[in-house]
Amino acid sequence: MSKHAVVSQILPFSCVDGPGSRLVIFLQGCNYQCKNCHNPHTISLCDACGDCIDSCPEQALSLIHSQALPLPQMRSQEMSLHGDPIPVNHSPCSSPCSSPSKPHIVWDSTKCSQCDTCLAVCPRQSTPKTSHYTVEQMLEVIYGQRHFINGITLSGGEASLQLPFIIELFSAIKSSEHLSHLSCMLDTNGSLSSTGWHKLLPFLDGAMVDLKAWQQDTHHYITGRDNQPVFTSIELLTQHNKLYEVRLLHIPGITDYEHDVDALVGYLSNLPTETRVKLNAFHHHGVKGIGSTWPQCTQADIARLANQLTQRGVTNIVLPSLYI
Amino acid sequence: MTLQDNIEKIVTHPHLSPKQKSNYLALEAENSLPYVAVSERLNNAMKQGIICDMFEGHAPFKPRYVLPDYAKYLQQGSEYLELSPAEDFDDALNALTILYFHVPSVTNIPVYLGQLDTLLMPFTQGLDAEAIYRKLKRFWILLDRTLPDAFMHVNIGPTDNIICRTILRIDAELQQIAPNLTFMYDPAVTPDDLLFQATSNICQCGKPHIANYPLHADAFDARGFGIVSCYNALPLAGGANTLVRVNLKEVALNANSIDDFFAQTLPYYSQLAFELIEARSAFLHQQSHFFDSFLVKEQLIDESRFAPMFGIYGMAEAVNILQALLPNAAEITTTNVASKPNTGYGHNPDANELGLRVSAALDNIVKSTLVTYGYNGRALLHSQSGISLDKNVTPGVRIPYGSEPDPISHIQALAKHHQYYTAGISDILTIDETVKANPQAMFQLCKGALSSGFREFSANVANNDLVRVTGYMVKRSDIETFKQCGSRTNTTGLAAEAAINTGIFQRQARVIAHEQAPFIHE
Repeated sequence: MSKHAVVSQILPFSCVDGPGSRLVIFLQGCNYQCKNCHNPHTISLCDACGDCIDSCPEQALSLIHSQALPLPQMRSQEMSLHGDPIPVNHSPCSSPCSSPSKPHIVWDSTKCSQCDTCLAVCPRQSTPKTSHYTVEQMLEVIYGQRHFINGITLSGGEASLQLPFIIELFSAIKSSEHLSHLSCMLDTNGSLSSTGWHKLLPFLDGAMVDLKAWQQDTHHYITGRDNQPVFTSIELLTQHNKLYEVRLLHIPGITDYEHDVDALVGYLSNLPTETRVKLNAFHHHGVKGIGSTWPQCTQADIARLANQLTQRGVTNIVLPSLYI
Repeated sequence: MTLQDNIEKIVTHPHLSPKQKSNYLALEAENSLPYVAVSERLNNAMKQGIICDMFEGHAPFKPRYVLPDYAKYLQQGSEYLELSPAEDFDDALNALTILYFHVPSVTNIPVYLGQLDTLLMPFTQGLDAEAIYRKLKRFWILLDRTLPDAFMHVNIGPTDNIICRTILRIDAELQQIAPNLTFMYDPAVTPDDLLFQATSNICQCGKPHIANYPLHADAFDARGFGIVSCYNALPLAGGANTLVRVNLKEVALNANSIDDFFAQTLPYYSQLAFELIEARSAFLHQQSHFFDSFLVKEQLIDESRFAPMFGIYGMAEAVNILQALLPNAAEITTTNVASKPNTGYGHNPDANELGLRVSAALDNIVKSTLVTYGYNGRALLHSQSGISLDKNVTPGVRIPYGSEPDPISHIQALAKHHQYYTAGISDILTIDETVKANPQAMFQLCKGALSSGFREFSANVANNDLVRVTGYMVKRSDIETFKQCGSRTNTTGLAAEAAINTGIFQRQARVIAHEQAPFIHE
């Protein structure tokens, strides 16, 4: 049986997830616990506790114990045979295919009004609104969009936690007559091991890596993890010419990019000149807990950081396309 | 209100220029004549807002849109205008400018300025790129300042040439409202980097519109076609004698079932629309003496190349109303459609399929109905993009503003309609502003749209409520709510934005056009 992925969202058209027009697949689950996470509901996997079911004003959620699996929506399949659009926001299968006997939450996307009450009441800060896709189902979605996009980007959560799915998907794209022109990118926190990267590299066109802080301590404070694996990933991707972008999410007074600007510039200057250094501005949307008390990053904050980097010789800086 | 009251209101209007006042006064004078003779049932349908004549006037004495053969004019000069054939670039620009003042239209300003690159390329000998740039830039400024109407359309492409490239460069630089610009794209002829320049321009200034050249060219004969005004595709050396539009929403409200709509209501109101087309074009062609004009005598236009446009609007509302008539429609009431963004026309496959059936039925009606004054004896079907007084009814076959899905789903939901609308269809895609930093994405989206059968790709880069910032979609309205309750540090940006918006409004006041505001109303 083909690999499947737990998907939190598919975005058919994005301009900020790699080169050109991209279909972005957000996979559920992350190994970081960032205090500044803008999508905290994508961190944990649902444990089917059922607390969200009664809170849903549209009765779009239900708990299922049986072995019976909801069939993929036939309409999607019929339509795709005729080359018609596939409604990508509809799940082909909203149950955990790998363990059908366990209880699980079924989310009816056609009833859902996207009010997000279920996210607010979830004790695990997870979401019931995930879908399961096999590689074949995902290829069908991509096939329907192929004329409109330059490629696909796997994001998260932390997409690399579902590496076998990604490898199979990318490899299928690269060997498909109709899809091989699409670039395959990964948006990652950089925690993947070298072994993992080596399995993925043959099918990967490029990666966008978050460097969430320069100092080990700061990184650990923000994310709950060390940043050594991130540096290792960046170096490995550089060696293989696959480092598309390094991303700095600036939180004034919390991140240390300004405090350690000389060391940071020393590091960034040694990256390939094609690698984009993308500055992102922290804001409070979606942020829970202590992160929501941190200062937001303004256009002036970004300008100041960009200026410091530029003066010290970092080229290819990319600024946010808008501030909110 | 009496005629005198209306006239007084116009002449004392605080915001209209003397020229705009003259235009509205002329319309009042025309409308003091009796309306062209129509049947009682047509008159009723017009009063009920089911059939609309676009307020073209009671006694049409000029065609709605005129597309002169400017190439022939430059080649032969004009006896009437006492002009010899153009000999160089300056001659050509001068001659064109002169003729523009003699080309009427419903707006009193020409809606078609020609396929400028094809027209001007024969006159570029001996000019370097810089000279061409300077001359065209002056010309572009002149057009905007003297004929300030966003419906005035220049066409360029599909071939790669210095005029086409220079116009794109100037248009992005000047960011003027006028002239409007259509770039013809032909995958067999247009190089990718030229399309890329055009689509990058869209990111900067919302222009040009990209026309699917092979699709349009197949719909017209060898003498050609032009894109004018609001994306109307019409025969070159001809045009549109009149535009009559049918409000599909109102037609649907008069049906008691989907079958009734297709078998009775739609054919009935379509025939009334044809009655109006016949009455209006008969007056223009038989009584107005328009076709005695020098434009006809010098063969810049040909009476047989004028077609009536059969316009439709309100498809979205019509489909949702008809869907609610289904026996099992408990789930799909109109209130439901309003509260759930992902149901109804543009989202639900059944609704989209029904919409397509309506378009196919319209196509069949228009292609099988002979008209006295038509292109090959026929009217041309047009998806009409709305006027300022349309309330609660969506232009053409568009998805209602504010409920559009993502741009790709949007295109896929509407692409199949485009085959039917020979005289043009505009579906404006709203793309969030992150595309400005990624013109490649606009390029790819455009290519995808045209390869899916879009006749015309028009995109508006705007402040969508849903914006993608750094790895997620956010609702701008949520952010605004937050800002009002919280930090005030970002107000500078908002103030600047407001200032820009105000500037735009001031700008629009200068270009009030009959197309959008056919009469003065409070």
